[in-house]
Amino acid sequence: MESTSFITLKKNAKQDMTHLKEYKIAIVGDCSTQHLATALKGYGYQEGYNLNVFDSDYNQIESQIMDDQSELYAHTPDAVLIFMSTEKLYEKFCETPLENRASFADLTIQKITQNWSILNSKTKTNILQFNFVENDDRIFGNYANKTPSSFLYQLRKLNVGLMELASQTKNAFLIDLSTIQNCYGREFCHDDKLYYIAKMPLSTAILPEVAKQILDVIKSLSGKFKKCAILDLDNTLWGGVIGDDGLNNIQIGELGLGHSFSEFQMWLKELKNRGIILAVCSKNNEDTAKEPFEKHPEMVLHLEDISMFVANWENKASNILNIQKTLNIGMDSIVFIDDNPFERNSVKAMIPEITVPELPEDPALYLSFLKSLNLFETASYSENDKDRTKQYQAEVGRTTLQSNFENFDDYLKSLEMVATVHPFEEFEFPRIAQLSQRSNQFNLRTVRYTEAEIQQIANDKNYLTLSFSLKDKFGDYGLISNVIMEKQDENTLFITNWLMSCRVLKRGMEEFIINHVIETAKENGFSKVIGEYLPTPKNAMVEKMYAKLGFQDLGNGKFEADINNFVFNKTNIETT
Amino acid sequence: MKREEIFEKLNEIFREVFEDDEISVTDTTSAADIEDWDSLTHITLVSSVEEEFDIKFSMKDVIGMKNVGEMVDIIMEDK
Repeated sequence: MESTSFITLKKNAKQDMTHLKEYKIAIVGDCSTQHLATALKGYGYQEGYNLNVFDSDYNQIESQIMDDQSELYAHTPDAVLIFMSTEKLYEKFCETPLENRASFADLTIQKITQNWSILNSKTKTNILQFNFVENDDRIFGNYANKTPSSFLYQLRKLNVGLMELASQTKNAFLIDLSTIQNCYGREFCHDDKLYYIAKMPLSTAILPEVAKQILDVIKSLSGKFKKCAILDLDNTLWGGVIGDDGLNNIQIGELGLGHSFSEFQMWLKELKNRGIILAVCSKNNEDTAKEPFEKHPEMVLHLEDISMFVANWENKASNILNIQKTLNIGMDSIVFIDDNPFERNSVKAMIPEITVPELPEDPALYLSFLKSLNLFETASYSENDKDRTKQYQAEVGRTTLQSNFENFDDYLKSLEMVATVHPFEEFEFPRIAQLSQRSNQFNLRTVRYTEAEIQQIANDKNYLTLSFSLKDKFGDYGLISNVIMEKQDENTLFITNWLMSCRVLKRGMEEFIINHVIETAKENGFSKVIGEYLPTPKNAMVEKMYAKLGFQDLGNGKFEADINNFVFNKTNIETT
Repeated sequence: MKREEIFEKLNEIFREVFEDDEISVTDTTSAADIEDWDSLTHITLVSSVEEEFDIKFSMKDVIGMKNVGEMVDIIMEDK
């Protein structure tokens, strides 16, 4: 159950937040949303956000959205949260003539579609909308399930319709209130008298959880999400201790205690398929630790699912640091899962940024508990995500190869790197947007783009774009960098955004990219290129990147390259 | 539960909800006496009291209670 109470959030909401990252949100609802607004603001504070909330008056969804001059648009929100309640929906359903009820969901979806497209036509914002909690009116009893004109039938259809609509609307995200109610129960989530007295469809008790789900989405939209789970083995992935109990006696598989571990592994494998990197960190001899993965017939996870396997007797914190460095991802994007409270505490103490869930003692509860935390929220998903494990395994292979070479240049040559360069193409839009949301370190101006914005830029004549893909003998990195350049005047091209996946850092890719930027500028008749570095807490590594690549430092984070006198950088990467 | 015990707990809740450690409620304390006691905070107050005493007020209770004394009466009936 949620540990933060509404009262705490209410207090948080009054704290000074001016030092925190501002995020502007406008709330419109057909119900009372004041308490929700307070909870949201308070939860934001806890998560390091200064949520600047505009909470519109009761029942103003359409009027705020339709009117150019409304407070909603004046607020210039980063996100608009739309709360259409099931209670109000039911009123509308009852007002609908009987003969039209079978198309009630379709009609409602039409209205929502219209709201979203008007919002998108008037402003640049993300749209967050609650789906509908289920609350059957019991007019038909269970028969409602086979009656298209029943409320339940239309309600469920509406929720599916919302999902379809959201899947086609790149900047719209659903907040799954229905799942929250499934987890906590109707009685906990809704207080009938508060609805009648104050038009509050949510109890104060559930507000912290609702606020958390909204913040989860906002965080992932601003690039904060988990990329990797580091797993302990004994009593975490299987029951028992492989070193003591041996291969035949650990608990995994259909029977008894083993079943809970099998289901847990199945879930982890699903995470891996979604693009979460799995790593192992275990106090064991490596051979012993790998034995179940190689030989146990009922293991769900296999070695090929694990990007990096670390089993030794070192302390876990230093092993985790090693994993983090090799995979080259932020510590705050890692979750460490271990049944042992001692290991959890020592890792937390030494690495405060990492997320360490307080796993329950009973393995039967591992999965429910981890699911309740909603650790792996994401703002994007692309088909390539499932290949991430392979890419990171290749990365670990490269690190091993590198230690065999004395000369780094020889090592780079031995990688046989080949890159592809071209302006943004439609099939890449999702990946380009995703990179702009994920990249924090090698990101010169940290501008986050949605797919729709990328599409717009790609079609805008004032912009030049370049996307870069790379492969080497170990594997294909896919699309790893993109550059967006804006024509400032006849002579000047400004680099609006340049980011690169850190997986390809220090391979000569930076040099290769800048060479292409200069060439592109030249081909298009420009005489200079301006680059800019905007500092964030995470991108210090690229502070002097432009200077290093041959640009002149103009001060104030600005750098200039004179195209006619530019000395191209040396690189070992070939072009296809 | 004795009336005094209820008052003791209520004081804690009032101090939390209205964020004022000076508050000390009596039978006659009403919304007119506490500056922040508006309809919105009333909801928060009611929910907090319900949770603390593990009771449920009726709709009529929530709208009808005129002062803290009446609130205590309802809690005593339930307990």
